[in-house]
Amino acid sequence: MTLDPITLTVIQSGLQQVCDEMDLTFSRAAFSPVIAEANDRSDGIYSAEDGSLIAQGSQGLPVFVGVMQYSTGKIIEMIAAGTVTAPEPGDIYIVNDPYLGGTHLMDVRFAMPVWRNGRIFCWLSNTGHWPDTGGAVPGGFSASATSVEQEGLRLPPVRLFKKGVMDPEIYAIICSNIRVAEQRIGDVKAQAAALYVGEARLTRLLDRYGDALVQEAIAELRSRAAQQMRARIAEIAPGTYRSVAYIDSDGVVNAPLEIRLAITASGDRLSFDFSGSSAPCAGPMNSVLATTLSSVYLAMRHIFPDVPISAGAFEPLEIQRPEGTFLDAQYPRPVSGCAAEVSQRVAEAVFAALVGPLPQRVTASPAGSSGNFALGGEVPEEGRSFVMYQISGGGYGGYAGGDGISNGCSTIGISKAPPVEIMEQQFPVLYHRYALREGSGGAGQHRGGFGLDYEVELLKGNARASFVMDHGRTGPQGALGGGDGAVNEVRVTRGGVTTTPEHLSKAQDIPLVAGDRVRVRTPGGGGYGDPALRDPALVAEDVRLGRYSAEAAERLFRPAPSPQDA
Amino acid sequence: MKDLDQTADHSAEHSPGQISGQIAGIDVGGTFTDLVFYDATQARVRLAKVPTTLDNQSRGVLDALDAAEVDAAALDLIVHGTTTTTNAVLERRLCRTGLITTMGFRDVLELGRRTRPQAYGMKGQFRPLIPRDLRLEVPERMLASGAVHTALDEVALRQALRALVAQDCESLVIHFLHAYANPAHELRAAEIAREEWPNGNITLGHALLSESREYERGVTAAVNASVQPLLRRYVERLADRLAERGYTRDLLVMTGNGGMVSARIVAEEAAKTVMSGPASGVMAAAYTGRRAGIPDLLTYDMGGTSTDVAMIRGADPAVSHEIEIEYAMPIHVPMVDVRTVGAGGGSLARIDASGLLQVGPDSAGSVPGPICYGKGGTEPTISDANMLLGRMNPARLNTIQGDVTLADIEAAFAQKLGAPLGLSATGAASAVLRIATAKMADAVRMVSISLGEDPRDFALFAFGGAGPLHACDIARELGVPRVLVPARPGITNALGCIVADLRHDYVTTVNRPLAACDMAEVHAQFARQIEEGRAAIARERVKIADLRVTHSVDMQFIGQTHLLRVALPGPAPTREDLAELFEQAYFRRFQVALPEIRPALVNVNTSVIGRRPEVDLSALIDAAGRRPTLAEARTGSRAVFFDDWHDTPVYWRDHLPASATLAGPAIVEQMDCTLVLSPGDTATQDADGNLIVTVRAL
Repeated sequence: MTLDPITLTVIQSGLQQVCDEMDLTFSRAAFSPVIAEANDRSDGIYSAEDGSLIAQGSQGLPVFVGVMQYSTGKIIEMIAAGTVTAPEPGDIYIVNDPYLGGTHLMDVRFAMPVWRNGRIFCWLSNTGHWPDTGGAVPGGFSASATSVEQEGLRLPPVRLFKKGVMDPEIYAIICSNIRVAEQRIGDVKAQAAALYVGEARLTRLLDRYGDALVQEAIAELRSRAAQQMRARIAEIAPGTYRSVAYIDSDGVVNAPLEIRLAITASGDRLSFDFSGSSAPCAGPMNSVLATTLSSVYLAMRHIFPDVPISAGAFEPLEIQRPEGTFLDAQYPRPVSGCAAEVSQRVAEAVFAALVGPLPQRVTASPAGSSGNFALGGEVPEEGRSFVMYQISGGGYGGYAGGDGISNGCSTIGISKAPPVEIMEQQFPVLYHRYALREGSGGAGQHRGGFGLDYEVELLKGNARASFVMDHGRTGPQGALGGGDGAVNEVRVTRGGVTTTPEHLSKAQDIPLVAGDRVRVRTPGGGGYGDPALRDPALVAEDVRLGRYSAEAAERLFRPAPSPQDA
Repeated sequence: MKDLDQTADHSAEHSPGQISGQIAGIDVGGTFTDLVFYDATQARVRLAKVPTTLDNQSRGVLDALDAAEVDAAALDLIVHGTTTTTNAVLERRLCRTGLITTMGFRDVLELGRRTRPQAYGMKGQFRPLIPRDLRLEVPERMLASGAVHTALDEVALRQALRALVAQDCESLVIHFLHAYANPAHELRAAEIAREEWPNGNITLGHALLSESREYERGVTAAVNASVQPLLRRYVERLADRLAERGYTRDLLVMTGNGGMVSARIVAEEAAKTVMSGPASGVMAAAYTGRRAGIPDLLTYDMGGTSTDVAMIRGADPAVSHEIEIEYAMPIHVPMVDVRTVGAGGGSLARIDASGLLQVGPDSAGSVPGPICYGKGGTEPTISDANMLLGRMNPARLNTIQGDVTLADIEAAFAQKLGAPLGLSATGAASAVLRIATAKMADAVRMVSISLGEDPRDFALFAFGGAGPLHACDIARELGVPRVLVPARPGITNALGCIVADLRHDYVTTVNRPLAACDMAEVHAQFARQIEEGRAAIARERVKIADLRVTHSVDMQFIGQTHLLRVALPGPAPTREDLAELFEQAYFRRFQVALPEIRPALVNVNTSVIGRRPEVDLSALIDAAGRRPTLAEARTGSRAVFFDDWHDTPVYWRDHLPASATLAGPAIVEQMDCTLVLSPGDTATQDADGNLIVTVRAL
């Protein structure tokens, strides 16, 4: 068989199908809701030479775009160097070390070579977010860790499965170091099953078209994806586009962190320079290199969603390593905030830089925080303890085609929020309000979407509240004359006294007793375009629907006085 | 067991066996209104296909009766599938509806579940079903346990009702938090609302599904309320028109679970009629497959603008009560689980930015449609490829209007696809079908896997206008050995109206660790569900052959959020039965055993099914029209492109001899669809006139 363009398309769909089936198998069989329902996982195919991405499942969580190619590449490198044991057929490596091409510790990767005639043809790898991997706080999102050891168990690449059988000794070590360990076996089995399904499907594809032809197709697809991305980049007028995005604080030192980005477009290449960004920080808002790179890919994918995810598509994106900044964290810097928060701020920097040259494609900044509120506590009279998470969305940015979406998922996620009724069934809390946050959308010709406003009361026992959120100091950025979205607000009412956390959006272990309340108002999206240009009928409708007060609408959307008036 | 015995008694009230008298099944589709008339006494069938009248569907219904020369006054039963509610929801042509809800929660319907329409591209629009100014709050609050936290403020409620009436709302939703656990406040509010509200259009949140999740329950109720007056007016008008023609018996309306309910009460649960058309087709497929001895089917319904896939196991269609009919529009009532997987014959073929040929997901839609429709389409589509390769009869060009020629289609393929790919027009058309087949097969596979099954264990049931054109190629790609092509693939939905059962499904949330469940209370729940279902069927005054009651539970391991449905043998399972059945079902589905983790019982479910008398499907093709030999059924031949051009015999389906066997390459044409058999495929005809194709392996 020769590689005609039709066979190329068919092999392209075939590789995509292998990944999509892995995604589906993983979610279907996984035990944890975070994987089974929230789809906090991803699967892909990686090259045998350097782990570069061949294809990735379309149902994976966006934050994982391109990320596993770094961990797979590291494993290949370490095998070659003899620092990791070489694989045999049926072996699966497990790794979650953030500094070896990872994200945070909770994202646990499996990687398995696919063998053909005694040689490795390619690798399959997947990532699943485990509900817990040990460390100081349940769930791993500490707002105030100062080293990675406080964040959980760190696994170098080791073969958890050997010749298709799980090594019970390694598994025992893992289980002794994580919470609710008895449930993890369901996720481990699912994660391995996804890889085996991928192997079977890929083998069928290889048998049908031949290894050499598929290899040739992979190379051709890579160069065509690069070509496609270059064609898109060519829409950007040559020049350097700058932006700055802020993180409220690292959770330990109460001062903002800056992401400074300069994107230079030169024909069909785009280079990203983060120099001048803040130095590595004491708290957990550092990002490892792999996460920083993936965040750029993720942002570009949001901008050009039609370009398939593969190493070829990333080729024209030249990202200079942000050495010496908090976006290239080294051991033992704490990193638990990187995947959930820093990644979104990197994406915001990319959006803010490119909305000028690509006004039809890019939106004003979205809420850009996972809005993690954790409540861990106990009800002594019932003899039970609990850990509750409320992960919240916010408003998206306005864009050329319309207003931003209200209460959208984080930039890096695609999961649904749990219903209030389910939360109240599972935890001793009562929601007094779960509402649209009025007035929060940034003003603009196309305004930002609205954030969420909820208030929750602890009904029984005692608990500790923790917050890992962001955009408490500055709101999501407006674009092209639009206003910023409203900032994130946290209010804790204890014994009738209401306070705001010192770090605004981050706090650890605030003690609560029955009757105490937490109120969170999440950010609105940035506005797009001059608010004075907004259709007055739309302004009036927003007032009629109570989304803005009449006074606010007048202030935000009133046409600026013309020079003559002044 | 007492309940089952009563069930048996109940069925004895009805005379089993053949349908007596005449039935008309009438299905309104996007383009055509189809009718199947069945006269049981003579096992005689008449068919009609007339244009759908979108402004008022009842006109098309009457046209169909006229076209089939059916005397409405002589009919014993009319079963009707309507898209009135589906279209109203999808096009947002809804009645003005108000919502009264728990203090602090009026925005639930607007906030949704924190999602966006696509994973990539942070854009999109969402319009809640009920605008914010018509969503009012009153003080009241239940806890998750069902205990009252804040009493219902009746004064505030009356004020809210009057405010909505003053705002000209025609329909009302009362939706309180945790009403599934304790509906007392909703029930009391409904009493007061009946005093204040000018009409009967009042929907209670817990009434359609008594299940937690406030967004899904609220949207389901809001859909119901906002289409209820429309459906009520529509069925009343249709019943009046039919009465003018002398039809005074009960009119039944198809529902999305593949059952049907009386027009007199269908508007009470109007949301259940949304998506009833596709469900009806799947019911017909299940019925046909059961009679053909092929009870395990994947249905492949390909039309001009969409392709739907469903799974049938043991002649029972997979049902889901978690269907989202479009972005952020969940309708959580039990519905046949039909998945839209593609754009149908109108899928566009184009060269993408990387120079690769891609087919779909964009579609030419119905306007302008494919080039071959002659309605102004200029972009190559799957339908056009079929036309160019001789698979479709060139006489079917310009089905609607226009003066397109094959040469026009050829030029479009040569220019837009062939030139950039270095292929002839034929080569390009063949490439389009090859890619389309691969993609559609992948999509069918994903549906199958997501339901936990290997597609190779099923036969493909091909229907819709374009299903039989592609089914054999897709089956080959999937490794599916057999394809079942029913006698009348183009009117399958209308056939569903004739063969479907009366059906009522009940879901009640328990949501407790299995170990903590009061089993006597679980049994009592089942008993209440049976009672309700039997009463509902009795209200419908329709002849049934027997009454079947099935039970299931939805369970999960504690800590999980996804549910697994477990079928039960009866309404009185012990705790140990449930534990064991769940473990078995979990292992079957996920190949994982988790003995370390404790199970929870989430929902108890009952389906009460009134089975209608048997319909003889062999009447669908008139025996008198059949020719004695295959040669006499042949209408000619034409050149058809498979791997190369083949002179291919063409047969007229209605003329095939009763025991025909066909070997590919062959084309079988009928009124509204075409079956393509590739070289190596063979088809035999069964007693009901189905063609069973044995597909050549890849």
